[in-house]
Amino acid sequence: MAKPNYEMRKRTPEPSRVGADETSATGVMDQESPETDAATNAAPEQTTGELKAAQKSRLADLDRETLIDIYHQMLLARRFEEKAAEAYSGGKIGGFCHLYIGQEAVAIGAISAIRRDDYVLTSYREHAHAIAKGMSPESVMAELFGKATGCSKGKGGSMHMFDKEVGFLGGHAIVAGQIPLATGVAFASKYKGTDQVTLCFFGEAAVNQGAFHESLNMAQLWKVPCIYICENNQYGMGTSLERAMSSHDISQKSCAYDIAAEFVDGMDVLAVREATLRAVERARKDYLPTLLEVRTYRFMGHSMSDPGNYRTRAEIERHQERDPIKLFSASLKEEGVLSDSEFQEIEAQVKEQVEKAVKFAEESPLPDPKELYTDVYASPINTQRD
Amino acid sequence: MAVVTIREALNQALREEMQRDENVFLMGEEVAEYQGAYKVTKGLLQELGAKRVIDTPITELGFAGLGVGAAMVGLRPIVEFMTFNFSILATDQIINSAAKMLYMSGGQFNIPIVFRGPGGSAYQVSSQHSQALESWFAYFPGLKVVMPSTPADAKGLLKASIRDDDPVIFIEQERMYGIKGEVSDDPDFVIPLGVADIKREGTDATIVARSLMVPVALKAADALQEEGVSCEVVDLRTIRPLDIETIIKSVQKTNRVVIAEESHPFCGVAAEISSEITERAFDYLDAPVKRVSGADVPMPYAKNLEDLAVPTVDQIVAAVREVAYLD
Repeated sequence: MAKPNYEMRKRTPEPSRVGADETSATGVMDQESPETDAATNAAPEQTTGELKAAQKSRLADLDRETLIDIYHQMLLARRFEEKAAEAYSGGKIGGFCHLYIGQEAVAIGAISAIRRDDYVLTSYREHAHAIAKGMSPESVMAELFGKATGCSKGKGGSMHMFDKEVGFLGGHAIVAGQIPLATGVAFASKYKGTDQVTLCFFGEAAVNQGAFHESLNMAQLWKVPCIYICENNQYGMGTSLERAMSSHDISQKSCAYDIAAEFVDGMDVLAVREATLRAVERARKDYLPTLLEVRTYRFMGHSMSDPGNYRTRAEIERHQERDPIKLFSASLKEEGVLSDSEFQEIEAQVKEQVEKAVKFAEESPLPDPKELYTDVYASPINTQRD
Repeated sequence: MAVVTIREALNQALREEMQRDENVFLMGEEVAEYQGAYKVTKGLLQELGAKRVIDTPITELGFAGLGVGAAMVGLRPIVEFMTFNFSILATDQIINSAAKMLYMSGGQFNIPIVFRGPGGSAYQVSSQHSQALESWFAYFPGLKVVMPSTPADAKGLLKASIRDDDPVIFIEQERMYGIKGEVSDDPDFVIPLGVADIKREGTDATIVARSLMVPVALKAADALQEEGVSCEVVDLRTIRPLDIETIIKSVQKTNRVVIAEESHPFCGVAAEISSEITERAFDYLDAPVKRVSGADVPMPYAKNLEDLAVPTVDQIVAAVREVAYLD
């Protein structure tokens, strides 16, 4: 048995516990404190200045076209969801609607590092991942509207987007449910001898589920090309990581399975891309899995019905200063990649894309009532019922 | 044709289908090097190799989900549960992923997977290792549920299940692996899913049975024949989709029906069949539909108590006598 390989682990400060008495049982903060951020004790946060300097140093390695594409994708995800929130409030979208605003650098950075024929699976907070993987904003918006032209024919909704053509394999709404599935998709790539890799996204709350641990164990045991991307947005619904996890250092959990891991600041889209590229190389060449802990922050509530009483306004605002889109646009501007007029041009293109998606969704027909009984079985068996 | 046990018939089906299709692989606890906890997978590792026959850690939720994921991208996994008792740990992936994936993806991702292993009552292993779970799985649209009772059915139905494009729950009976019978060696011998089988024809009463209750019902029919009562025994073979037409036709002929099952009565398959018969053939019934189910208790360990919990020949005979107003 080889010695554990921890070289990939970039930084692992000593995990420490914050006493449970520092937060109330309900999650409502009695007083504002700069140290209330749930996971700061696991790995300290970079200052905005450090973050920007690090991003600029990465900028030089990429061509202009890639940078513009990444920026465009991030802005599209943001504006798409702002519009979705509006449509939800207007009653056009039903059920749950989990917004990704604030976390865009994670999905877009990671997915920019893979090929079209690679696979992506994620949780129910997946609009941005779907679009980044190549699904049309029209088919995603139409799915949100519950229309026949939606990517899942209006049967999946916000939490169950799928598109076989671009390798987007859902949209799964049981916390951690997608982790064994993604492990199986990656297992199949190895079984078939292809070099396709699988990205598996999940929130930090999923790390407490057995499915996470069972999957990582099998992935390293059998060496499957799956990249587990923990989007640590620091809250599982309204419960902070501190109140739910005995050891706050998620990347360190990889030690239990002898799996390579890396911690990434998820507000820097290029840092996420680079870390994913390293993991992708290992997966493609040697069928090796990786766990990435990507620290991020959700600016909106857990879903549209979130009362938001478990964190302070000041905490949210502090993270908004590290907004991944603001950060990236500042880097692009300061490094002279994009001019003001080019920024405006991209903003206009995105606006048009989103408006087109809404128009398409609004004008699309509802599913035919006959669709209620289709797609239950791939090979239905007629047992001569009426 | 050769006479083999159910265990051997299942082994043949696995071997033939794995030889036929490279995309079929088998995984589960002790299926490879140990040769199967019940020896159903005996020899497969040696013949097909470690890539296709995979020992898993004891991690039912994990490997069930892994199988479903592999099925999303074109493989055809056979996932063995050492016993179906352990499938309870995997039900999130079976129900929330396998059963619903095709529907919630708008028809894009079908899941061609077989979850198989022994279920039903075993011998003196108490409550957690001895139970019938088919009514759980049969509840969910998107799943197919199969329970063979003879070597021929075991082989033909397992081959059909592996070739099927949907998730199939294939429940073997732990007590029945040694039962012998004639089995075809035609590599394309398959028995279509969704078709019940009349194991014995009769005119006076219908006994609907599945799995272990089929041989028990046949013995009851023999005993009743001696009293001059002719029983028809319908073996469901597939629980979902249910071949209700075959049951209804039999009831229309005999006008009396007993449904025998190992599982608990509450919300069980027999309750569903009883309801269907009432809705579709009420006017043909000469007596209320009668169920003979397992005792409504967790399975006990003590032999005498265990015997009381599993339906017997005598109980089925008594039930038929009751619907025939012979007492």
